[in-house]
Amino acid sequence: MSMALEVSGLTVRLGGREVLRDVGFALAPGAFCGLIGANGSGKTTLLRTILGFETAAAGRVTRDGAVGYVPQKLELAPDMPVRARDLVALGLDGQRFGFSFPSARRRRVVAEMLEAVDLLGFADQRVGELSGGQLQRVLIAHALVSKPKLLLLDEPLANLDLRAAAEIVALLKRVAGQGVSVLISAHDMNPLLGAMHQLVYLANGRAASGRTEQVVRTEVLSELYGYHIDVIRVHGRILVVAGDGHVHAHDHEHVATIP
Amino acid sequence: MFVPYLLDGWIVATLVALASGFAGFFVVLRRESFAAHALPMAAFPGAAAAVLFGVAQIYGLVAAALLGVGLLLWLKRGQRNDAATALALVALLALGALFLSLSGRYADAVYALLFGQVFAVGPGDIAPAVALGVLVPLAVLAGFRPLLLSALAPELASVRGANCGWVDALFLLLLALAAALALPVTGALLVFSLMTGPAGAACVLLRSPKAALALSVGLALALIWSALALSYATGWPAGFFTGALAAVLYLAARMWRRARRARPSPGWA
Amino acid sequence: MFEGFWTSQVVWNALLIGGAAAVLSGCIGVFTVLRGQSFAGHALADVSSAGGALSLLLGINPMLGFFGLGLLGALGLSGRRQGDGDLAAGILLGAGLGLTALLLHFAISLRNSTGAAAVVMFGSLFSAPPGAGALALGSALAGVVLLGVIHRPLLLSSLDAGLAAVRGVNIRLVAGVFLVLLALAVTLSAMAVGAILSTALLIGPAAAALRLTRRPGLACALAAGLGVFCAWGGVALAYASYGFTPGRVWPVSFFIVALVFCTYAAASLRRA
Repeated sequence: MSMALEVSGLTVRLGGREVLRDVGFALAPGAFCGLIGANGSGKTTLLRTILGFETAAAGRVTRDGAVGYVPQKLELAPDMPVRARDLVALGLDGQRFGFSFPSARRRRVVAEMLEAVDLLGFADQRVGELSGGQLQRVLIAHALVSKPKLLLLDEPLANLDLRAAAEIVALLKRVAGQGVSVLISAHDMNPLLGAMHQLVYLANGRAASGRTEQVVRTEVLSELYGYHIDVIRVHGRILVVAGDGHVHAHDHEHVATIP
Repeated sequence: MFVPYLLDGWIVATLVALASGFAGFFVVLRRESFAAHALPMAAFPGAAAAVLFGVAQIYGLVAAALLGVGLLLWLKRGQRNDAATALALVALLALGALFLSLSGRYADAVYALLFGQVFAVGPGDIAPAVALGVLVPLAVLAGFRPLLLSALAPELASVRGANCGWVDALFLLLLALAAALALPVTGALLVFSLMTGPAGAACVLLRSPKAALALSVGLALALIWSALALSYATGWPAGFFTGALAAVLYLAARMWRRARRARPSPGWA
Repeated sequence: MFEGFWTSQVVWNALLIGGAAAVLSGCIGVFTVLRGQSFAGHALADVSSAGGALSLLLGINPMLGFFGLGLLGALGLSGRRQGDGDLAAGILLGAGLGLTALLLHFAISLRNSTGAAAVVMFGSLFSAPPGAGALALGSALAGVVLLGVIHRPLLLSSLDAGLAAVRGVNIRLVAGVFLVLLALAVTLSAMAVGAILSTALLIGPAAAALRLTRRPGLACALAAGLGVFCAWGGVALAYASYGFTPGRVWPVSFFIVALVFCTYAAASLRRA
């Protein structure tokens, strides 16, 4: 089975500084992968290099098929005369020059896409007046409407409240379930822990990657962060929290369980 | 008011409104107020040079406006320095003043080029005006989707395979042509009003991009026709009515939207 | 070329107005650039042009007109929050310029002053009213003194408004006084080089000086000096331009703006 995305030996320099060094990982079709790292660790640069916006000094990126992208921050004036349905429709052919005519098929495709992200009721709302979570969902619909095999999202949860973030993650889980590979960057991995199959951890330009259950372990994370990290299980879910800095006796345990 | 010797003025003004309505819509959408302000200033010395050398104004205007586009693109490449940009624009205006004073028609030409003089349009101006008045709207329509998407977010347009640098340059080019066409009618100082007043009002009033574009063009036509009619009726300059009506349109649209927003609207569910 | 230069009443008047405008605009300009209010200066100039037109129409000293409308503009600006909507601001300025067009039209048709538009928008130092020089010098001195009085709190609030407020500075008062001073500087510059070129005297020497030094006091002195050099140089070149194209004087404003532009370009080169 061919991979939806393969990154190998990727090194990127920006303004003389080495932002990424020898980064490698692969995404199978339908994979849900978290790209985790602190602000400034190179997450955006990695996504931009995958998109082809930055050129790599070494290494290669292989993509299978089209890619959809949800940018980090979009500042839209509330007066912009663009409705949610217009933004989604631009995902179909927004790059094309020439005259376009309204068609029933386009309308249907856009409506279906808006329904898939639970926003059909907001189709005629101006994009500048949507809430943060709604805008993220419109952008996801924009990215998915052209049926890409890979979806990249740059910190889509950064400015959302807990509920909106959980709804976005559930939506992306559904998307991955339909065979689209999802690569989502975040500085906090907790909202993603229930959904992601694998994660790429970025620090100081280097990446560590693996399946979620291999990486999200106290000793692995503590080494990655250079700080004591607790992995705890509450109500059948896993949470990652920073410890108090001391090396604990139970560091050899994979998961500390709170009954 | 529609006597033959004024008819040329009406035709040119209509074409000016068409081009300005189309270009102005994307000025507002892409938040390019600065370019819409700067390009008429850049075109000004071109018109002045045309007066000095006795060439048809439109050629001087187009040439200088295109140079202005080059200047803007160059300024965009580096970090924009507000002081340097402002000084460059003022220097261009001063250069225009020099050309006009050397032409010996300083006094009346200054007024005409800064504030417009629509009924001075002659039959020779019709052909280039028709060319630009048709070209700019068609080009805006042809580039509608990339212009719109890159206005929302350049990176979204790039992901979809559009070349944002080219789209930006195309937009500035169309804006320059529209400004060059409008300058003799509205004057360098009021091109901005004609472009942004109607378009700003349309964007505030309508949610759909195509409907807003259509309204922007319609309002631009209404604006320039009213300004000309009022000017003819009162004998006051059309530039005054252009500036005043543009502001009234925009403010009225804003107030209407605010009043509507204050009431709960059923469409929001 | 310069025969009669020093004995001409007109020339002395021009040198006085140009010098006064350059000194005040240079000092105020430094703070305008530091406070990031270049746009406000430009807006005030556009608004004040209506005042210039009005004074031609009424036959009063143009300084009164420029300053009166400049004050109105300053009042309008102080009511706005910074940076809210350059579109709305631009459209409102357009209405102001429309008013200028109307007033100039009246001045031209009712008072037969065909050069009205050129005088107000592009300035005409050589045709300034005889008493204007002394008035300009007096108001420039008053402006500089007032700036000296408020320069400490002004500087502090320009650098960090929050810190200034904590220190007990009345930020609104300081900002208001500064806008009045800005209106005065724009008025004098508009007298010298015309309303739409006044940005050159206000921003140019100040920006050049700030390229050369970061010390505000020194920058003010330097900007004033550079401004006076440009203004007086412009007057001298315009006087000499009789010889360039027989029988026709090149506009003083062109020379002043060109000198300002070159000064700024030279100052930018030095840092690079």
